[in-house]
Amino acid sequence: MAITAEDIRYIAELARLHLAPEEAARYAEHAGRIVEYVAQLNRLATASVEPTAHAVEAAGFSREDLPRPSDAAAAILANAPARDGDLFTVPKVLG
Amino acid sequence: MKTIHALAKRLQAGEVTSAALTEQYLARIAELNPALNAYLTVAGDLAMADARTADDRLRRRADLTPLTGVPIAIKDVIVTKGIRTTCGSKILADYLPPYDATVIARLRAAGAVILGKCNMDEFAMGSSNEHSAFGPVKNPWDTSRIPGGSSGGPAAAVAADCCAAALGSDTGGSIRQPASHCGIVGCKPTYGRVSRYGLVAFASSLDQIGPMTKDVRDAALLLEAIAGFDPNDSTALNVPVPSYQTELERGVRGLKIGVPKEYFVGGLDPEVAACIRSAIDTMKALGAEVSDISLPHTEYAVPCYYIIAPAEASANLARYDGVRFGLRAGNGAVSLKAMYGATRTDGFGPEVTLRILLGTYVLSSGYYDAYYRKAQQVRTLIKQDFLTAFNAVDAILTPTAPTTAFRFGEKTADPLQMYLSDIYTISCNLAGLPGVSIPCGFVNRLPVGLQLIGRPLDEATLLRIAYAYEQATPWHTQQPEAGISQPS
Repeated sequence: MAITAEDIRYIAELARLHLAPEEAARYAEHAGRIVEYVAQLNRLATASVEPTAHAVEAAGFSREDLPRPSDAAAAILANAPARDGDLFTVPKVLG
Repeated sequence: MKTIHALAKRLQAGEVTSAALTEQYLARIAELNPALNAYLTVAGDLAMADARTADDRLRRRADLTPLTGVPIAIKDVIVTKGIRTTCGSKILADYLPPYDATVIARLRAAGAVILGKCNMDEFAMGSSNEHSAFGPVKNPWDTSRIPGGSSGGPAAAVAADCCAAALGSDTGGSIRQPASHCGIVGCKPTYGRVSRYGLVAFASSLDQIGPMTKDVRDAALLLEAIAGFDPNDSTALNVPVPSYQTELERGVRGLKIGVPKEYFVGGLDPEVAACIRSAIDTMKALGAEVSDISLPHTEYAVPCYYIIAPAEASANLARYDGVRFGLRAGNGAVSLKAMYGATRTDGFGPEVTLRILLGTYVLSSGYYDAYYRKAQQVRTLIKQDFLTAFNAVDAILTPTAPTTAFRFGEKTADPLQMYLSDIYTISCNLAGLPGVSIPCGFVNRLPVGLQLIGRPLDEATLLRIAYAYEQATPWHTQQPEAGISQPS
């Protein structure tokens, strides 16, 4: 299935990426060829096959969610691209 | 050769101090890195502090491990407290992690010295290291060629002896393929064998951390140091970790090794194939029983992976939004959404952008069943192929990569050609199985790698076979002519 530059612009919007028109065309071409390539999976009949999300069945345990002391707050805040004291700042969300 | 086990012997005998050794490595990195670009960050002061702590431990002979005082390099996708961790991306160019990954905490507890952080394809997406935002790594065997990827930096650092050993990560072959191209040993453990806590996520159901080393004994002891249950990773398996080192010398007599016919078809370089055939003869001579097997869904592994991995990546990389850490662009943006877009567009390179687009596409409304669910079903078939094969054999032997290291620029124009570099390594990740690449010869002075794939959690048998082969062959003793003196 061909992917158009318009498809790519829509997907880019969903993924929060801005593409220039010539970039959209290039990504559409590359993504289109990959989507064509992966479509060969359709040669396999899989209606009765269970999907595998994780290869190792035992994977995925739960533990109690207990509070633990942490001294990382300062180091975490130090990574903020923009902050106001102990708060992360962002552009205005509500008009 | 400066293996971990050889250095440990000298450190523990008092023949060299960790401080002296670390200084020698830092000097060698300073000399070679401008040409190789294997390290993105050299943590010189912190490494010297680690070394002095290790020397104190060595003097007191307190709680010594084979890693005490040994200088190790880390792929820049594993977080290190206070040491910049970039993932090869502009979006994390200045990121200082507030915590250590579990594998780093374990290395530190064992007394290892962390030399620095190694270059990689951005967010581990690539097979040549050409997708790093900080420039490609050069292959120490031929600097006009790629080192493989995505763990190209660690592979080159180990091959050029700019560290004793390294940790890499492997989502579709990112430890094994560069190990093959740089003539070193690379081990991707069973999914869940090693904690992923602090491994920056690419494709969470496929990612695994593993050792990249100069020989098989080092891979065994480094894996032993990092493996095991971790309450901070819900996918870490709560099963005992065997002593891989004590298993090494048991030989291969009586072990059954399968060779899948689907791995010896078009695309495999004939001279690489000849190296693999010769390795099969060596295995037979050592007493292994080698037989032909079939993994019928092999041809579907790459297409299956290029649905699942981008899908998971597109979700994992949603966190880079310019709010809590990393780059922020569009500071004058009028809306939050505009800031997100500006940041992500400016911060991600072309390959990461392509994979986010692909992943978002296959997960988008109306396409989920046709792509993602279909790929998960094919993943089941690929896994079943292996489990069926392991009813008859103890391990599977294949080439690691279809060719030796290719030249820069050879595959960058066509993403699909690049993806096919991982055609022999990807199935392992989809099936969650352990895989090891070891040197098995040279073609035109470029290293060739042999891959061994094992049953779930059976790294011990793989390392045992790898060790028997290595000890019977000269390949692991060969080093690239970097044209400079070795650390003494």
